[in-house]
Amino acid sequence: MLTAAIFVPLAASVVLAVVRVDSHDVATVRRLRVAGTAVAAVPLVLLILAWSRFEGTGGFELVEQVSWIPTLGVGYTVGVDGISLPLAAMTALVFTVAIAYPVDLRDRARAYVALFLFLEAASLGVFLALDLFLFFVFWDVSLVGMYFLIGVWGHGDARRSALKFFIYTLAGSLALLLGIIGLYLATEPRTFDMATIIEQQPLAGGGLYATLVFVGLALGFAVKTPLVPVHTWLPPAHVDAPGPASAVLAGVLLKMGTYGFVRIPMAMQPETFARFAFPLGVLAVVAILYGALVALAQTDIKRLVAYTSINHMGYVILGLAAAGTAVGGQRSAQAVALTGATVEMVAHGLITGALFLISGSILTRGHTYELDAYGGLASRAPVLTVFTAIAAFASLGLPGLAGFVAEFQVFTGTLAIYPWLAGVGLLGIVITAALFLRMLQQVFLGPLPDRWSGWPDLGRVETVGLGVLLLLVVIIGVAPAWLLDVIDSAAGPIVGR
Amino acid sequence: MGMDMAAMVGDIIPEVVLVVTGVVVLLYALTAPRRWQSGAAVIAATGVVVSAVATVQRMSGDDQRLTFTDSYAIDHVTDWGVLLVLAVTLVVIAMSAPWFVTDPRHGEYYTLLVFSALGAALMAGASDLIQLTVSLLLSSVTGFVLAAYHRRSKSSSEAGIKYFLLGALPNAGMLIGLAYLFGLAGGTTYPTLRAGLDGTTPALVVGVALVVLALAFKLGAVPLHAWVPDVAEGAPAPAAAFITAVPKIGGLIALARFVDVLPADAVGWRPLIAILAALTMTLGNLAALWQDDLRRLLGWSAVSQTGYGLMAVVAVQRSELAVPSLLFFLAAYVVGNVAAFGVVVALRGRTDRAQYAGLARRRPLLAGILAISFLSFIGIPPLAGFPAKLLLFGVAIEAGYTWLSVLAVVNTVVSIFYYARFLAPMYFATDDGRAGLLSAWASAAAVASGAGVIAVGVAAEPFARTFAPALLLPGG
Repeated sequence: MLTAAIFVPLAASVVLAVVRVDSHDVATVRRLRVAGTAVAAVPLVLLILAWSRFEGTGGFELVEQVSWIPTLGVGYTVGVDGISLPLAAMTALVFTVAIAYPVDLRDRARAYVALFLFLEAASLGVFLALDLFLFFVFWDVSLVGMYFLIGVWGHGDARRSALKFFIYTLAGSLALLLGIIGLYLATEPRTFDMATIIEQQPLAGGGLYATLVFVGLALGFAVKTPLVPVHTWLPPAHVDAPGPASAVLAGVLLKMGTYGFVRIPMAMQPETFARFAFPLGVLAVVAILYGALVALAQTDIKRLVAYTSINHMGYVILGLAAAGTAVGGQRSAQAVALTGATVEMVAHGLITGALFLISGSILTRGHTYELDAYGGLASRAPVLTVFTAIAAFASLGLPGLAGFVAEFQVFTGTLAIYPWLAGVGLLGIVITAALFLRMLQQVFLGPLPDRWSGWPDLGRVETVGLGVLLLLVVIIGVAPAWLLDVIDSAAGPIVGR
Repeated sequence: MGMDMAAMVGDIIPEVVLVVTGVVVLLYALTAPRRWQSGAAVIAATGVVVSAVATVQRMSGDDQRLTFTDSYAIDHVTDWGVLLVLAVTLVVIAMSAPWFVTDPRHGEYYTLLVFSALGAALMAGASDLIQLTVSLLLSSVTGFVLAAYHRRSKSSSEAGIKYFLLGALPNAGMLIGLAYLFGLAGGTTYPTLRAGLDGTTPALVVGVALVVLALAFKLGAVPLHAWVPDVAEGAPAPAAAFITAVPKIGGLIALARFVDVLPADAVGWRPLIAILAALTMTLGNLAALWQDDLRRLLGWSAVSQTGYGLMAVVAVQRSELAVPSLLFFLAAYVVGNVAAFGVVVALRGRTDRAQYAGLARRRPLLAGILAISFLSFIGIPPLAGFPAKLLLFGVAIEAGYTWLSVLAVVNTVVSIFYYARFLAPMYFATDDGRAGLLSAWASAAAVASGAGVIAVGVAAEPFARTFAPALLLPGG
């Protein structure tokens, strides 16, 4: 079932890569898009099915295993636990909406849909893989897919942004690779199997070797997350990518970094992780404040959203630092922090995905991201206004929406463990509140400039797509138990080690 | 004795097939009329296939030992080396036939190709310094001529001359090194060397250094790397594909076998090779950075790839995976290299970066193959280059050379820059010029190699399994 979730979009993208279609014909392009959306939704259906069969035992479930390169200890192993299942489901949803979302395809619709499906398969693969080798394969492949997506369909200085993204994140992933090799060399018998490594705890003794392995892994994940100071690839990549690609980049690809922290160093070398938990927390607080302050200074809608991503990923890392701490006697606080961080990953995927799609819609209509150029759109576009307001309020952590559930838990957990960090981090929420309110006011309130008098509201596809994402944001905000129970089932055992 | 001789010849059927093929091709080329010269390609290809079948047969016997009075190893390492050489040769023959079709006397080109392949194959199997020297010279002299085969092209002649001049000294040095080691050990076979060499004497240092230098020339490693970009650019494109790949197979295996018989960690060979690796990968990368000529770029990237491959030699005796990583690297490198050159050949030798703009729209398949081979060189999974790099990084760490792995990572990051300088215009530009194709055969050769890049990466298990029991000195 999980295998099908990965390979259905992959197979479809391969088929699309070889068939010949007329990308200039409007009807064909529409059919391509519908077909792409339908294929992208298959993993979503499969993952909902997986969710219904998920028991929450705390270990890996629904495992599917085939031997691949047994001589080197490599297997094709996929499965889920309470952390990866929600992330995978969120991934499938964001991709489905992103592929359906209207954007200028530049006469290359076939390649666009194919690449998106390819990227969906790779992203799901990262969250579902239970073998380090397989994990890394999907990890790296997703990066190549995104490089082409930004380069071909981006705007502004897209080539430069794409190259920067490629070089920067590949550097990170090679550091990660060295870390993975380090882990692999320590296992006996040699294996890449995650469950076996978690059980063996090959680096429990600590020492320089374990530290170096941790540094490699952490560097790789920090670049992807991204954590200040290795975040500089993010703003240009997000701004110059087409809207749906930014949504996927922020909504899904960033989560690979934070998920990686949970899945590999936290689970496979918890002692070493604990030693570095506090510095990691400090970096997280720096990212929270830095992201918020820089976002506050932006005059460009998309750049603003991009910097709030750095801020939000800071909350996630703060939660993870608290969850992985060596401070004793705080098991339940650690579990709360980990659950909060995971909810934040899901919530941020939905919320920021929506915000980037919205900024794509604004660009399509207004051809600029400059906040100054807009005003008074509320009167012309009520649906766009309401949706943006929901997403913005969710992002700044308003109670009743998903962001609040996440941030509340992150800060509750952290407060018990690193009270100072939590206190300083809270400032970030205040700043993001200010900047989102300012953005809403600038774009939607005030007098409507004449040139926007013909501004069209959201189209049908846009409304449905954003509607689904934001509905889920509200549901998680109001009644999060179904999600929290699943995440808790894994959070407890992970911090309990 | 007669029976013994027959048995020994029976050990080297693949090599004998190549000798016979080379002679038959030569006789055919001398006698056949001009319009039938292409027939030589068919004969050569047939011989290569027969030799490959014989090699597979020999490998399935699982009988790893030395033969011809300890001068030649028939083991998995040799067999894999021979198979890789033959695979490249076959693809190069397929690319050469359309490339040379207008050359009225290209029949003997295939003789040179087959004998050059034989030289590299014999280098891979050599377990005796005299045997190594002879095969190294065979590989070299044929290579010089192949590089200069376009007689009326200045750049081709220049490539051949430069290759020759740079090679003369290390090839002569090999003989002197051989003499020193012979004097020290009282013999030239590897078992004799292993038993006879001990301690670190100045004579040993000189002998080892000269042999390593000669092999560095074959590999295109620093300090004897300068011929690589010129040959890549100036030699006939199929010959360039051959020369940047095949001698590397023989040379790298020969180097691994040679250091394996030196007294344990004597003469500081391990740090020496590590430094050569570091310099080679870094220099090749830096020189490739601003290349606007694809063939020169491939030449410099071939240099940097040699640097990565040397990491496996550094780990000899210190990691069980040293030999598998070496073989995996070679397989990944040569298949990516012939795929990239195959695209150049299929596009009638176009090499200027500007001419690659928008290629993905006009020739999506060829552009895809070039992209795949580049990504494989970078080490992106699931392509062939990924398991290769994974293993190389791993064995270097295991050998205590973590710094070399870190340097290799830094170099890999740098390499993205120059590969992307070609990928970006290919995929992101919309320029619609013409893109003439050489022939269906040339395109097919490129497509087949491109498929190989994916296959070696995805279906890595058969390779990993057969590489694992490979030995550098069977019975030693």
